Amino acid sequence: MASGKTIDPMHQFEVSKIVDLKLFGTDISFTNASLWMVIVVAVVSLIMLWGTSSRSVVPGRLQSLAEMSYEFVSELLTGVTGKEGMRFFPLVFSLFMFVLAANMLGMLPGSFTVTSQIIVTAAFALLVISTVIVYGVMKHGTHFLGLFVPSGLPALLLPFIVLIEIISFLSRPISLALRLFGNMLAGHVALKLFGAFTVSLLGAGAYAALAPLPLATAVALTALEFLVAFLQAYVFTILTCVYLNDALHPGH
Amino acid sequence: MRLMPKSVLMAKLLLLAGAAGPALAAGAPADGGSKFPPFEASTFPSQLFWLAVTFGLLYILMSRVALPRVGAILEQRREAIDGALRAASAAQKEAEEQANALETSLAKARASAQGIAGEARDKSSKEIEARRAAVEKDLSAKLVAAEARITETKSKAMGNVETIAKDAVSTILEQLGSKATDAAIAKAISAVKA
Repeated sequence: MASGKTIDPMHQFEVSKIVDLKLFGTDISFTNASLWMVIVVAVVSLIMLWGTSSRSVVPGRLQSLAEMSYEFVSELLTGVTGKEGMRFFPLVFSLFMFVLAANMLGMLPGSFTVTSQIIVTAAFALLVISTVIVYGVMKHGTHFLGLFVPSGLPALLLPFIVLIEIISFLSRPISLALRLFGNMLAGHVALKLFGAFTVSLLGAGAYAALAPLPLATAVALTALEFLVAFLQAYVFTILTCVYLNDALHPGH
Repeated sequence: MRLMPKSVLMAKLLLLAGAAGPALAAGAPADGGSKFPPFEASTFPSQLFWLAVTFGLLYILMSRVALPRVGAILEQRREAIDGALRAASAAQKEAEEQANALETSLAKARASAQGIAGEARDKSSKEIEARRAAVEKDLSAKLVAAEARITETKSKAMGNVETIAKDAVSTILEQLGSKATDAAIAKAISAVKA
């Protein structure tokens, strides 16, 4: 939204309080971000619970959607990790649906994109990585550290490779968090800029004739953003599966 | 559920990270945050809290209710389809068996029909044969009787001829003025006849 005469593409990412709340001195106010998290969960639950409530053998529309999501994620997970990966299915499915719904709902005009907040994507990335570490250590003990030592290496190269492996492991949560955050943020900023540019041109006398150009760009970008919204949820999920695979089978 | 204690642990980790968040971001200028809202550290605890609440709720709903339900629906459908396919193949097998049975009974019926037809043919030809034989027998009997009649008539006629010849001879002799005994005449006639 334009604040005054200038256009502020960052305004859409501002978190504003709706209900003031405090817990042990920490500010946990219910904000527009919280509201859209609740909406995300409500939408996913609507599809997954209300849609499947009839348990029909021949599914209706919502039930088809729920089944498609189920099979999509389960095929993704078992494709990467094999059958053992299904123990993480609830987690991976919840992550995928939450991120996808948040990305898609963020495309609604005037909505708030939950996944455009770095703290949210970072929390998800940490959740995934800590699951990998906790499960990997619980299941394999010190053998889990074999993840950093590829087999069949000359002893001379070993220290460097192990260092690189450790750095690559540590950079995983960072890249996981930044990729989703960056894509959502940049896409929405670009949309806002082109939209605002169209409006400014319309108010600029003879230059108004040029207004269709940024408008067309904004329309094309909107389509692209829908693709990105799905793609980023997909990428986040498949990387989660790849990392979980390391916890399941550390000796590669 | 083996995952539950872990997710509780993760929620705690998230809260811990949230507590550390403001401290980490404290280096940023207090006013500068408003220029780039996603890095506004003062909103982090609230976002993390509500994320933990909403995502935790979603996780529980999905893992406890939705996913087992969808899995059960898919399983049920697979069973229904498998059952229907099994029933269909059983029905097909049964149909094939019935077709085979029909084929064999048809062949049997054809064979027995041929047997009956042959029997009937034999029987009727025997009958015809018997009738023909009877008729022929009848005819030949009639032929024999007719022949006997003809012979009888002929011999009778021949007998008459002898009498007529006798009469004629005695008459001719009378006219000629000579006489002969009947015995002599009969002797002469039989001599001519021989």
